[in-house]
Amino acid sequence: MISVLKPGLLTTVQDLGRPGFQQYGIVVGGALDALAARTANLIVGNSDAAAVLEMAQTGPDLRFAQDTLVAWCGADFEARLGPELLPRDRAVRVAAGETISFGFARSGLRAWLAVAGGIDVPLVMGSRSTYRRAGIGGHEGRPLVAGDRVKLLPPGDWAKQIVASLQSAKRRATAWTVRPETMGKPAAAGTVRAVRGPEWDWFTGEAQHVFFATDWQATREADRMGVRLEGPALELVKPREMISSPVNAGVVQVPAAGQPIVLLPSRQSVGGYPRLAAVAAVDVRRFTQLCPGDKVRFQEISLATAHELYLVRERDLNRVRTGLAPLTA
Amino acid sequence: MLLITPLGDMALQVQVGETIDEPTHRRVQAVWRALTAAPIPGVTEIVPAYTTVTVFYDPRLAVQAGAPPSNLFDWLAVKVGERMKNPPKAEKLKRRTVEVPVCYEGDFGPDLALVAKQARITPEEVVKRHGKADYLVHLVGFAPGFPYLGGLPGELETPRHAKPRMAVPPGSVGIGGKQTGIYPLATPGGWNLIGRTPLKLFRPAEDPPVLLRAGDRVKFRAITRDEFAKLEAEQ
Repeated sequence: MISVLKPGLLTTVQDLGRPGFQQYGIVVGGALDALAARTANLIVGNSDAAAVLEMAQTGPDLRFAQDTLVAWCGADFEARLGPELLPRDRAVRVAAGETISFGFARSGLRAWLAVAGGIDVPLVMGSRSTYRRAGIGGHEGRPLVAGDRVKLLPPGDWAKQIVASLQSAKRRATAWTVRPETMGKPAAAGTVRAVRGPEWDWFTGEAQHVFFATDWQATREADRMGVRLEGPALELVKPREMISSPVNAGVVQVPAAGQPIVLLPSRQSVGGYPRLAAVAAVDVRRFTQLCPGDKVRFQEISLATAHELYLVRERDLNRVRTGLAPLTA
Repeated sequence: MLLITPLGDMALQVQVGETIDEPTHRRVQAVWRALTAAPIPGVTEIVPAYTTVTVFYDPRLAVQAGAPPSNLFDWLAVKVGERMKNPPKAEKLKRRTVEVPVCYEGDFGPDLALVAKQARITPEEVVKRHGKADYLVHLVGFAPGFPYLGGLPGELETPRHAKPRMAVPPGSVGIGGKQTGIYPLATPGGWNLIGRTPLKLFRPAEDPPVLLRAGDRVKFRAITRDEFAKLEAEQ
Protein backbone atom coordinates (compact mmCIF):
# COMPACT_ATOMS: atom_id res chain seq x y z
CA MET A 1 0.00 0.00 0.00
CA ILE A 2 1.16 3.51 -0.86
CA SER A 3 -0.35 6.61 0.75
CA VAL A 4 -0.34 9.78 -1.29
CA LEU A 5 0.82 12.63 0.97
CA LYS A 6 1.14 15.17 -1.85
CA PRO A 7 -0.12 14.32 -5.33
CA GLY A 8 2.24 16.47 -7.43
CA LEU A 9 1.02 18.36 -10.46
CA LEU A 10 -0.38 15.45 -12.46
CA THR A 11 0.35 11.96 -11.19
CA THR A 12 -1.54 9.11 -12.82
CA VAL A 13 -1.49 5.33 -12.92
CA GLN A 14 -0.39 4.17 -16.39
CA ASP A 15 0.58 0.95 -18.11
CA LEU A 16 1.14 0.27 -21.80
CA GLY A 17 -2.27 1.63 -22.74
CA ARG A 18 -5.56 0.37 -23.99
CA PRO A 19 -5.12 -0.70 -27.62
CA GLY A 20 -7.83 -2.55 -29.51
CA PHE A 21 -10.68 -0.09 -29.01
CA GLN A 22 -9.79 2.77 -31.35
CA GLN A 23 -12.67 1.83 -33.64
CA TYR A 24 -14.95 2.83 -30.75
CA GLY A 25 -13.22 6.19 -30.25
CA ILE A 26 -11.28 5.02 -27.22
CA VAL A 27 -7.75 6.39 -27.01
CA VAL A 28 -4.77 4.09 -26.55
CA GLY A 29 -3.04 6.30 -23.97
CA GLY A 30 -0.75 4.63 -21.44
CA ALA A 31 2.64 5.80 -20.16
CA LEU A 32 3.71 8.62 -22.47
CA ASP A 33 7.24 7.23 -22.55
CA ALA A 34 6.58 3.53 -22.73
CA LEU A 35 10.31 2.76 -22.84
CA ALA A 36 10.94 4.58 -19.54
CA ALA A 37 7.98 2.79 -17.92
CA ARG A 38 9.12 -0.59 -19.27
CA THR A 39 12.67 0.00 -18.09
CA ALA A 40 11.56 1.01 -14.59
CA ASN A 41 9.42 -2.13 -14.48
CA LEU A 42 12.29 -4.28 -15.67
CA ILE A 43 14.57 -2.92 -12.92
CA VAL A 44 12.15 -4.06 -10.19
CA GLY A 45 11.45 -7.39 -11.87
CA ASN A 46 7.97 -6.55 -13.18
CA SER A 47 6.55 -7.42 -16.57
CA ASP A 48 6.57 -4.60 -19.15
CA ALA A 49 2.85 -4.15 -18.75
CA ALA A 50 2.81 -3.61 -14.97
CA ALA A 51 1.18 -0.33 -13.95
CA VAL A 52 3.48 2.51 -12.87
CA LEU A 53 3.00 6.08 -11.66
CA GLU A 54 3.59 8.82 -14.21
CA MET A 55 4.40 12.28 -12.86
CA ALA A 56 4.89 15.65 -14.52
CA GLN A 57 6.88 18.72 -13.47
CA THR A 58 6.20 18.35 -9.73
CA GLY A 59 6.25 14.81 -8.45
CA PRO A 60 4.31 13.26 -5.57
CA ASP A 61 5.21 12.55 -1.93
CA LEU A 62 4.43 8.90 -1.24
CA ARG A 63 4.54 6.90 2.00
CA PHE A 64 5.04 3.15 1.76
CA ALA A 65 3.27 0.82 4.16
CA GLN A 66 5.49 -2.14 3.33
CA ASP A 67 9.09 -3.04 2.47
CA THR A 68 9.50 -3.01 -1.28
CA LEU A 69 11.71 -2.26 -4.25
CA VAL A 70 11.22 0.81 -6.45
CA ALA A 71 12.82 2.26 -9.56
CA TRP A 72 12.21 5.43 -11.48
CA CYS A 73 13.25 6.63 -14.94
CA GLY A 74 12.72 9.82 -16.90
CA ALA A 75 13.40 13.50 -16.26
CA ASP A 76 15.87 14.78 -13.66
CA PHE A 77 13.65 15.08 -10.56
CA GLU A 78 15.23 15.96 -7.22
CA ALA A 79 13.84 12.76 -5.74
CA ARG A 80 14.52 11.86 -2.11
CA LEU A 81 13.94 8.88 0.12
CA GLY A 82 13.62 10.51 3.51
CA PRO A 83 16.63 12.84 3.65
CA GLU A 84 18.74 10.80 1.22
CA LEU A 85 18.81 11.16 -2.55
CA LEU A 86 16.73 8.60 -4.40
CA PRO A 87 18.90 7.65 -7.37
CA ARG A 88 17.39 7.24 -10.81
CA ASP A 89 17.59 4.18 -13.08
CA ARG A 90 18.38 1.63 -10.36
CA ALA A 91 16.56 -0.58 -7.89
CA VAL A 92 16.13 1.04 -4.48
CA ARG A 93 14.94 -0.65 -1.31
CA VAL A 94 12.21 1.18 0.58
CA ALA A 95 11.23 0.16 4.11
CA ALA A 96 7.74 0.23 5.58
CA GLY A 97 6.89 3.70 6.87
CA GLU A 98 9.37 5.52 4.66
CA THR A 99 8.49 8.41 2.37
CA ILE A 100 9.63 9.19 -1.15
CA SER A 101 9.31 12.78 -2.35
CA PHE A 102 10.01 13.67 -5.94
CA GLY A 103 10.16 17.45 -5.82
CA PHE A 104 10.59 19.29 -9.12
CA ALA A 105 11.91 18.26 -12.49
CA ARG A 106 15.19 20.19 -12.79
CA SER A 107 15.32 19.42 -16.49
CA GLY A 108 12.81 17.58 -18.63
CA LEU A 109 9.22 17.17 -17.57
CA ARG A 110 8.06 13.66 -16.74
CA ALA A 111 9.17 10.56 -14.88
CA TRP A 112 7.83 7.05 -14.24
CA LEU A 113 7.99 5.20 -10.92
CA ALA A 114 7.72 1.43 -10.83
CA VAL A 115 7.12 -0.50 -7.63
CA ALA A 116 7.81 -4.24 -7.36
CA GLY A 117 4.62 -6.11 -8.27
CA GLY A 118 3.05 -3.11 -9.95
CA ILE A 119 0.22 -0.78 -8.98
CA ASP A 120 -2.95 -2.71 -8.24
CA VAL A 121 -5.96 -1.03 -9.80
CA PRO A 122 -8.73 -2.83 -11.71
CA LEU A 123 -8.22 -3.66 -15.37
CA VAL A 124 -10.68 -1.67 -17.47
CA MET A 125 -10.87 -2.84 -21.08
CA GLY A 126 -7.64 -4.74 -20.58
CA SER A 127 -5.63 -1.85 -19.13
CA ARG A 128 -4.86 -0.10 -15.86
CA SER A 129 -4.10 3.22 -17.57
CA THR A 130 -5.92 6.32 -16.36
CA TYR A 131 -8.20 7.64 -19.10
CA ARG A 132 -9.02 10.97 -17.58
CA ARG A 133 -11.46 12.26 -20.16
CA ALA A 134 -13.61 9.15 -19.91
CA GLY A 135 -13.14 8.92 -16.14
CA ILE A 136 -12.07 5.27 -16.29
CA GLY A 137 -8.97 3.21 -15.50
CA GLY A 138 -6.15 4.04 -13.12
CA HIS A 139 -7.10 5.11 -9.62
CA GLU A 140 -10.83 5.87 -9.83
CA GLY A 141 -10.40 7.23 -13.36
CA ARG A 142 -8.53 10.34 -12.24
CA PRO A 143 -5.12 11.73 -11.24
CA LEU A 144 -4.02 11.01 -7.67
CA VAL A 145 -4.98 13.42 -4.90
CA ALA A 146 -3.68 13.77 -1.34
CA GLY A 147 -5.10 11.06 0.89
CA ASP A 148 -5.41 8.43 -1.84
CA ARG A 149 -4.25 4.94 -0.96
CA VAL A 150 -2.92 2.88 -3.80
CA LYS A 151 -2.61 -0.89 -3.51
CA LEU A 152 0.26 -2.97 -4.84
CA LEU A 153 0.31 -6.39 -6.45
CA PRO A 154 2.62 -8.99 -4.86
CA PRO A 155 6.28 -8.58 -5.89
CA GLY A 156 8.04 -11.26 -7.91
CA ASP A 157 10.68 -13.60 -6.45
CA TRP A 158 13.48 -11.71 -8.14
CA ALA A 159 12.48 -8.42 -6.46
CA LYS A 160 12.39 -10.20 -3.10
CA GLN A 161 15.90 -11.53 -3.66
CA ILE A 162 17.18 -8.06 -4.54
CA VAL A 163 15.55 -6.60 -1.42
CA ALA A 164 17.12 -9.34 0.72
CA SER A 165 20.57 -8.90 -0.77
CA LEU A 166 20.38 -5.10 -0.36
CA GLN A 167 19.34 -5.58 3.25
CA SER A 168 22.18 -7.97 4.03
CA ALA A 169 24.66 -5.62 2.31
CA LYS A 170 23.14 -2.71 4.28
CA ARG A 171 22.66 -0.83 1.06
CA ARG A 172 19.82 1.21 -0.34
CA ALA A 173 20.36 0.91 -4.04
CA THR A 174 21.85 -1.52 -6.51
CA ALA A 175 25.26 -0.69 -7.95
CA TRP A 176 24.02 -1.44 -11.44
CA THR A 177 21.82 0.91 -13.42
CA VAL A 178 19.67 0.54 -16.52
CA ARG A 179 19.14 3.71 -18.50
CA PRO A 180 16.37 3.88 -21.13
CA GLU A 181 18.29 6.72 -22.80
CA THR A 182 21.07 4.37 -23.86
CA MET A 183 18.93 1.69 -25.51
CA GLY A 184 19.07 1.35 -29.28
CA LYS A 185 20.68 4.11 -31.29
CA PRO A 186 19.63 7.39 -29.66
CA ALA A 187 19.26 10.48 -31.84
CA ALA A 188 21.64 13.39 -31.35
CA ALA A 189 20.63 15.90 -28.67
CA GLY A 190 17.90 18.25 -29.89
CA THR A 191 17.16 16.03 -32.89
CA VAL A 192 14.35 13.59 -33.60
CA ARG A 193 14.09 11.32 -36.58
CA ALA A 194 10.95 11.27 -38.70
CA VAL A 195 9.51 9.76 -41.86
CA ARG A 196 7.20 11.42 -44.37
CA GLY A 197 3.50 11.35 -43.56
CA PRO A 198 0.53 10.37 -45.75
CA GLU A 199 -0.16 13.99 -46.78
CA TRP A 200 3.49 14.95 -47.38
CA ASP A 201 2.68 15.79 -51.03
CA TRP A 202 -0.02 18.25 -50.01
CA PHE A 203 2.63 20.65 -48.72
CA THR A 204 4.72 23.06 -50.77
CA GLY A 205 8.34 22.22 -51.55
CA GLU A 206 9.27 25.13 -49.34
CA ALA A 207 7.25 23.71 -46.42
CA GLN A 208 8.82 20.26 -46.92
CA HIS A 209 12.27 21.81 -46.85
CA VAL A 210 11.59 24.13 -43.93
CA PHE A 211 10.13 21.33 -41.83
CA PHE A 212 13.44 19.47 -41.73
CA ALA A 213 15.59 22.63 -41.60
CA THR A 214 14.04 24.47 -38.65
CA ASP A 215 14.75 24.46 -34.96
CA TRP A 216 11.13 24.20 -33.82
CA GLN A 217 10.23 25.61 -30.45
CA ALA A 218 7.95 23.78 -28.03
CA THR A 219 5.01 25.89 -26.84
CA ARG A 220 2.89 25.91 -23.71
CA GLU A 221 0.15 24.13 -25.64
CA ALA A 222 1.24 20.68 -24.65
CA ASP A 223 -0.46 17.88 -22.77
CA ARG A 224 -0.78 14.09 -22.88
CA MET A 225 -2.44 14.36 -26.31
CA GLY A 226 0.27 16.31 -28.08
CA VAL A 227 2.75 19.16 -28.25
CA ARG A 228 2.27 22.21 -30.45
CA LEU A 229 5.45 23.58 -32.00
CA GLU A 230 6.20 27.10 -33.16
CA GLY A 231 8.20 28.16 -36.20
CA PRO A 232 7.72 29.20 -39.81
CA ALA A 233 4.21 28.53 -41.20
CA LEU A 234 3.97 25.31 -43.21
CA GLU A 235 1.75 25.84 -46.22
CA LEU A 236 -0.28 23.55 -48.43
CA VAL A 237 0.08 23.70 -52.22
CA LYS A 238 -3.63 24.52 -52.29
CA PRO A 239 -6.38 24.54 -49.66
CA ARG A 240 -7.69 21.00 -49.27
CA GLU A 241 -10.20 19.45 -46.95
CA MET A 242 -8.87 16.55 -45.00
CA ILE A 243 -11.35 13.79 -44.20
CA SER A 244 -10.82 12.62 -40.63
CA SER A 245 -8.68 9.50 -40.49
CA PRO A 246 -6.81 7.55 -37.82
CA VAL A 247 -3.57 8.91 -36.39
CA ASN A 248 -0.85 7.50 -34.17
CA ALA A 249 1.57 8.77 -31.55
CA GLY A 250 4.36 10.64 -33.34
CA VAL A 251 2.18 11.82 -36.21
CA VAL A 252 2.93 15.44 -37.09
CA GLN A 253 -0.31 17.10 -38.10
CA VAL A 254 -0.52 20.63 -39.39
CA PRO A 255 -3.69 22.69 -38.81
CA ALA A 256 -4.54 25.60 -41.10
CA ALA A 257 -2.35 28.06 -39.19
CA GLY A 258 0.69 26.05 -40.34
CA GLN A 259 2.15 25.27 -36.91
CA PRO A 260 2.77 21.54 -36.43
CA ILE A 261 1.42 19.42 -33.60
CA VAL A 262 3.24 16.23 -32.62
CA LEU A 263 0.77 13.70 -31.26
CA LEU A 264 1.45 11.71 -28.09
CA PRO A 265 -0.12 8.42 -26.93
CA SER A 266 -3.28 10.04 -25.47
CA ARG A 267 -4.13 11.48 -28.90
CA GLN A 268 -7.67 11.05 -30.20
CA SER A 269 -8.33 8.02 -32.38
CA VAL A 270 -8.84 10.13 -35.53
CA GLY A 271 -7.51 13.48 -36.66
CA GLY A 272 -8.71 15.95 -39.26
CA TYR A 273 -5.48 17.78 -40.17
CA PRO A 274 -2.96 16.93 -42.91
CA ARG A 275 -0.23 14.63 -41.63
CA LEU A 276 3.05 16.00 -42.91
CA ALA A 277 5.35 13.57 -41.15
CA ALA A 278 5.58 10.98 -38.40
CA VAL A 279 8.27 10.86 -35.73
CA ALA A 280 10.08 7.51 -35.52
CA ALA A 281 8.47 5.41 -32.78
CA VAL A 282 11.76 5.29 -30.85
CA ASP A 283 11.99 9.11 -30.74
CA VAL A 284 8.40 9.99 -29.76
CA ARG A 285 9.53 9.85 -26.13
CA ARG A 286 11.63 12.99 -26.66
CA PHE A 287 8.44 15.04 -26.91
CA THR A 288 7.28 13.90 -23.49
CA GLN A 289 10.20 15.78 -21.93
CA LEU A 290 10.00 19.09 -23.85
CA CYS A 291 9.40 22.22 -21.82
CA PRO A 292 8.05 25.42 -23.39
CA GLY A 293 10.87 27.10 -25.30
CA ASP A 294 12.88 23.90 -25.85
CA LYS A 295 14.10 23.47 -29.42
CA VAL A 296 13.80 20.41 -31.58
CA ARG A 297 14.88 19.67 -35.15
CA PHE A 298 13.52 16.89 -37.35
CA GLN A 299 15.86 14.69 -39.34
CA GLU A 300 14.41 12.74 -42.24
CA ILE A 301 15.01 9.00 -42.30
CA SER A 302 13.59 6.21 -44.44
CA LEU A 303 10.86 3.93 -43.21
CA ALA A 304 13.30 0.99 -43.32
CA THR A 305 15.70 2.91 -41.06
CA ALA A 306 12.86 3.71 -38.65
CA HIS A 307 12.02 0.02 -38.46
CA GLU A 308 15.65 -0.87 -37.90
CA LEU A 309 15.89 1.65 -35.04
CA TYR A 310 12.84 0.11 -33.43
CA LEU A 311 14.09 -3.45 -33.80
CA VAL A 312 17.54 -2.57 -32.42
CA ARG A 313 16.00 -0.85 -29.42
CA GLU A 314 13.74 -3.79 -28.69
CA ARG A 315 16.70 -6.14 -29.02
CA ASP A 316 18.69 -4.03 -26.54
CA LEU A 317 15.83 -3.97 -24.07
CA ASN A 318 15.55 -7.73 -24.34
CA ARG A 319 19.28 -8.18 -23.80
CA VAL A 320 19.12 -6.08 -20.65
CA ARG A 321 16.23 -8.17 -19.42
CA THR A 322 18.14 -11.38 -19.99
CA GLY A 323 21.32 -9.93 -18.54
CA LEU A 324 19.61 -8.70 -15.41
CA ALA A 325 18.02 -12.00 -14.43
CA PRO A 326 21.06 -13.62 -12.74
CA LEU A 327 22.19 -10.35 -11.10
CA THR A 328 21.98 -9.52 -7.46
CA ALA A 329 22.50 -6.17 -5.84
CA MET B 1 -6.80 0.06 -56.94
CA LEU B 2 -6.27 0.64 -53.27
CA LEU B 3 -3.51 2.93 -52.19
CA ILE B 4 -1.49 1.64 -49.23
CA THR B 5 0.71 4.25 -47.56
CA PRO B 6 2.79 4.29 -44.38
CA LEU B 7 1.39 6.15 -41.39
CA GLY B 8 4.64 6.36 -39.49
CA ASP B 9 6.64 3.22 -38.70
CA MET B 10 3.93 1.33 -36.79
CA ALA B 11 0.83 1.74 -38.97
CA LEU B 12 -0.21 1.76 -42.60
CA GLN B 13 -3.23 3.28 -44.21
CA VAL B 14 -5.41 1.72 -46.89
CA GLN B 15 -7.11 4.49 -48.87
CA VAL B 16 -10.47 3.08 -49.94
CA GLY B 17 -12.18 6.18 -51.34
CA GLU B 18 -12.08 9.95 -51.47
CA THR B 19 -15.58 11.01 -50.44
CA ILE B 20 -17.88 10.59 -47.45
CA ASP B 21 -20.77 8.56 -48.85
CA GLU B 22 -22.47 5.21 -48.45
CA PRO B 23 -20.73 3.33 -51.29
CA THR B 24 -17.35 4.32 -49.82
CA HIS B 25 -18.56 3.35 -46.37
CA ARG B 26 -19.57 -0.10 -47.65
CA ARG B 27 -16.15 -0.57 -49.25
CA VAL B 28 -14.43 0.51 -46.03
CA GLN B 29 -16.48 -2.05 -44.12
CA ALA B 30 -15.65 -4.75 -46.69
CA VAL B 31 -11.91 -4.03 -46.44
CA TRP B 32 -12.12 -3.97 -42.66
CA ARG B 33 -13.90 -7.35 -42.65
CA ALA B 34 -11.40 -8.86 -45.09
CA LEU B 35 -8.47 -7.77 -42.91
CA THR B 36 -10.13 -8.82 -39.68
CA ALA B 37 -11.21 -12.24 -40.99
CA ALA B 38 -7.68 -13.33 -41.88
CA PRO B 39 -5.29 -11.79 -39.34
CA ILE B 40 -1.87 -10.69 -40.58
CA PRO B 41 1.01 -11.60 -38.25
CA GLY B 42 2.29 -8.56 -36.37
CA VAL B 43 -0.93 -6.59 -36.84
CA THR B 44 -2.23 -5.28 -33.54
CA GLU B 45 -5.32 -3.28 -34.46
CA ILE B 46 -7.43 -2.39 -37.51
CA VAL B 47 -9.40 0.85 -37.49
CA PRO B 48 -12.02 1.79 -40.09
CA ALA B 49 -12.80 5.46 -40.75
CA TYR B 50 -14.68 7.46 -43.43
CA THR B 51 -12.50 6.64 -46.41
CA THR B 52 -9.62 4.69 -44.94
CA VAL B 53 -8.79 1.56 -43.02
CA THR B 54 -5.69 1.87 -40.83
CA VAL B 55 -3.65 -1.16 -39.87
CA PHE B 56 -1.49 -0.85 -36.73
CA TYR B 57 1.43 -3.24 -36.36
CA ASP B 58 4.40 -4.04 -34.15
CA PRO B 59 7.56 -4.39 -36.28
CA ARG B 60 9.04 -6.85 -33.77
CA LEU B 61 6.05 -9.19 -34.00
CA ALA B 62 6.04 -8.95 -37.80
CA VAL B 63 9.74 -9.91 -37.92
CA GLN B 64 9.11 -12.80 -35.53
CA ALA B 65 6.45 -13.97 -38.00
CA GLY B 66 8.95 -13.95 -40.85
CA ALA B 67 8.88 -10.41 -42.25
CA PRO B 68 12.24 -9.22 -43.61
CA PRO B 69 13.52 -6.56 -41.17
CA SER B 70 14.77 -4.37 -44.03
CA ASN B 71 11.53 -4.46 -45.97
CA LEU B 72 8.76 -4.73 -43.45
CA PHE B 73 6.38 -2.32 -45.12
CA ASP B 74 6.28 -4.12 -48.47
CA TRP B 75 5.83 -7.46 -46.73
CA LEU B 76 2.81 -6.10 -44.86
CA ALA B 77 1.44 -4.25 -47.91
CA VAL B 78 1.55 -7.45 -49.97
CA LYS B 79 -0.31 -9.32 -47.26
CA VAL B 80 -2.92 -6.57 -47.07
CA GLY B 81 -3.26 -6.65 -50.87
CA GLU B 82 -3.74 -10.44 -50.88
CA ARG B 83 -6.62 -10.20 -48.44
CA MET B 84 -8.20 -7.53 -50.59
CA LYS B 85 -8.10 -9.80 -53.63
CA ASN B 86 -9.81 -12.64 -51.81
CA PRO B 87 -12.35 -10.96 -49.61
CA PRO B 88 -14.45 -13.26 -47.44
CA LYS B 89 -17.89 -14.16 -48.80
CA ALA B 90 -19.99 -11.07 -48.32
CA GLU B 91 -22.49 -12.79 -46.09
CA LYS B 92 -25.81 -11.02 -45.98
CA LEU B 93 -24.91 -8.28 -43.57
CA LYS B 94 -27.52 -7.79 -40.94
CA ARG B 95 -27.30 -4.10 -40.36
CA ARG B 96 -28.38 -3.12 -36.92
CA THR B 97 -30.86 -0.32 -36.61
CA VAL B 98 -30.67 1.39 -33.26
CA GLU B 99 -33.51 3.58 -32.10
CA VAL B 100 -32.30 6.54 -30.11
CA PRO B 101 -34.93 8.32 -28.01
CA VAL B 102 -34.34 12.08 -27.88
CA CYS B 103 -36.02 14.79 -25.86
CA TYR B 104 -35.90 18.01 -27.85
CA GLU B 105 -37.56 20.13 -25.15
CA GLY B 106 -36.36 23.23 -23.33
CA ASP B 107 -32.75 23.32 -22.17
CA PHE B 108 -32.09 19.90 -23.74
CA GLY B 109 -32.05 21.66 -27.12
CA PRO B 110 -30.50 25.09 -26.57
CA ASP B 111 -29.79 25.54 -30.30
CA LEU B 112 -33.06 24.14 -31.66
CA ALA B 113 -34.45 27.63 -32.33
CA LEU B 114 -31.26 28.59 -34.15
CA VAL B 115 -31.39 25.53 -36.41
CA ALA B 116 -35.09 26.23 -37.08
CA LYS B 117 -34.38 29.87 -37.90
CA GLN B 118 -31.69 29.17 -40.47
CA ALA B 119 -33.84 26.40 -42.02
CA ARG B 120 -36.80 28.82 -42.05
CA ILE B 121 -39.07 26.27 -40.44
CA THR B 122 -40.57 25.90 -36.97
CA PRO B 123 -38.71 24.08 -34.18
CA GLU B 124 -41.48 21.45 -34.26
CA GLU B 125 -40.75 20.88 -37.94
CA VAL B 126 -37.00 20.50 -37.20
CA VAL B 127 -37.81 17.79 -34.66
CA LYS B 128 -40.10 16.08 -37.16
CA ARG B 129 -37.56 16.12 -39.99
CA HIS B 130 -34.64 15.16 -37.74
CA GLY B 131 -36.65 12.17 -36.53
CA LYS B 132 -37.84 11.12 -39.96
CA ALA B 133 -34.44 10.67 -41.58
CA ASP B 134 -32.33 7.50 -41.66
CA TYR B 135 -28.80 7.88 -40.38
CA LEU B 136 -25.67 5.84 -40.90
CA VAL B 137 -22.79 5.64 -38.41
CA HIS B 138 -19.78 6.35 -40.64
CA LEU B 139 -17.25 6.54 -37.90
CA VAL B 140 -16.94 6.38 -34.13
CA GLY B 141 -14.27 8.74 -32.85
CA PHE B 142 -13.48 12.07 -31.19
CA ALA B 143 -14.64 10.68 -27.84
CA PRO B 144 -15.49 7.13 -26.66
CA GLY B 145 -18.64 6.12 -28.49
CA PHE B 146 -19.14 9.41 -30.36
CA PRO B 147 -20.92 8.50 -33.64
CA TYR B 148 -20.43 10.62 -36.74
CA LEU B 149 -23.78 10.21 -38.47
CA GLY B 150 -24.44 10.78 -42.16
CA GLY B 151 -27.94 11.34 -43.52
CA LEU B 152 -28.92 14.71 -42.08
CA PRO B 153 -31.65 16.37 -44.21
CA GLY B 154 -29.95 19.19 -46.17
CA GLU B 155 -32.14 21.97 -44.81
CA LEU B 156 -31.05 21.16 -41.24
CA GLU B 157 -27.37 21.70 -41.99
CA THR B 158 -26.11 24.38 -39.61
CA PRO B 159 -22.53 25.62 -39.29
CA ARG B 160 -20.84 24.82 -36.01
CA HIS B 161 -20.43 27.56 -33.42
CA ALA B 162 -17.38 29.76 -33.89
CA LYS B 163 -16.76 29.43 -30.17
CA PRO B 164 -17.26 25.88 -28.85
CA ARG B 165 -19.03 25.32 -25.54
CA MET B 166 -16.65 24.40 -22.74
CA ALA B 167 -18.77 21.47 -21.64
CA VAL B 168 -21.55 19.82 -23.60
CA PRO B 169 -23.80 17.66 -21.39
CA PRO B 170 -23.56 13.90 -22.07
CA GLY B 171 -26.26 12.60 -24.41
CA SER B 172 -26.54 15.88 -26.30
CA VAL B 173 -27.57 15.48 -29.94
CA GLY B 174 -25.77 18.01 -32.10
CA ILE B 175 -25.59 19.27 -35.67
CA GLY B 176 -22.21 20.34 -37.03
CA GLY B 177 -22.43 21.35 -40.68
CA LYS B 178 -23.66 18.30 -42.62
CA GLN B 179 -23.07 15.97 -39.73
CA THR B 180 -25.06 15.02 -36.73
CA GLY B 181 -23.81 13.16 -33.71
CA ILE B 182 -24.29 12.46 -30.02
CA TYR B 183 -21.87 13.50 -27.26
CA PRO B 184 -21.21 10.50 -24.97
CA LEU B 185 -19.31 12.45 -22.31
CA ALA B 186 -19.15 15.98 -21.00
CA THR B 187 -16.63 17.36 -23.48
CA PRO B 188 -16.06 20.71 -25.14
CA GLY B 189 -18.03 20.90 -28.38
CA GLY B 190 -18.98 23.33 -31.13
CA TRP B 191 -22.03 21.63 -32.59
CA ASN B 192 -25.59 22.98 -32.39
CA LEU B 193 -27.40 21.11 -29.64
CA ILE B 194 -31.02 20.27 -30.49
CA GLY B 195 -31.90 17.57 -27.98
CA ARG B 196 -30.65 14.99 -25.53
CA THR B 197 -30.88 11.21 -25.24
CA PRO B 198 -31.02 9.39 -21.91
CA LEU B 199 -29.12 6.43 -23.44
CA LYS B 200 -25.51 5.90 -22.40
CA LEU B 201 -23.30 5.81 -25.48
CA PHE B 202 -20.13 4.80 -23.64
CA ARG B 203 -20.42 1.60 -21.57
CA PRO B 204 -16.97 0.72 -20.27
CA ALA B 205 -18.16 -2.47 -18.58
CA GLU B 206 -19.77 -3.91 -21.74
CA ASP B 207 -18.40 -5.58 -24.85
CA PRO B 208 -18.35 -3.68 -27.12
CA PRO B 209 -18.07 -0.71 -24.78
CA VAL B 210 -20.21 1.55 -26.96
CA LEU B 211 -23.87 1.75 -27.99
CA LEU B 212 -23.23 2.61 -31.63
CA ARG B 213 -20.69 1.11 -34.02
CA ALA B 214 -19.58 2.04 -37.52
CA GLY B 215 -22.13 0.58 -39.97
CA ASP B 216 -25.12 0.86 -37.63
CA ARG B 217 -28.30 2.61 -38.78
CA VAL B 218 -29.82 5.11 -36.39
CA LYS B 219 -33.38 6.39 -36.03
CA PHE B 220 -34.25 9.18 -33.63
CA ARG B 221 -37.55 9.08 -31.75
CA ALA B 222 -38.89 12.16 -30.00
CA ILE B 223 -39.72 11.65 -26.33
CA THR B 224 -41.10 13.86 -23.56
CA ARG B 225 -39.24 14.99 -20.47
CA ASP B 226 -41.15 12.41 -18.44
CA GLU B 227 -40.08 9.61 -20.77
CA PHE B 228 -36.52 10.92 -20.64
CA ALA B 229 -36.52 10.77 -16.84
CA LYS B 230 -38.02 7.28 -16.89
CA LEU B 231 -35.52 5.91 -19.44
CA GLU B 232 -32.63 7.54 -17.62
CA ALA B 233 -33.69 5.92 -14.35
CA GLU B 234 -34.00 2.51 -16.03
CA GLN B 235 -30.36 2.42 -17.12
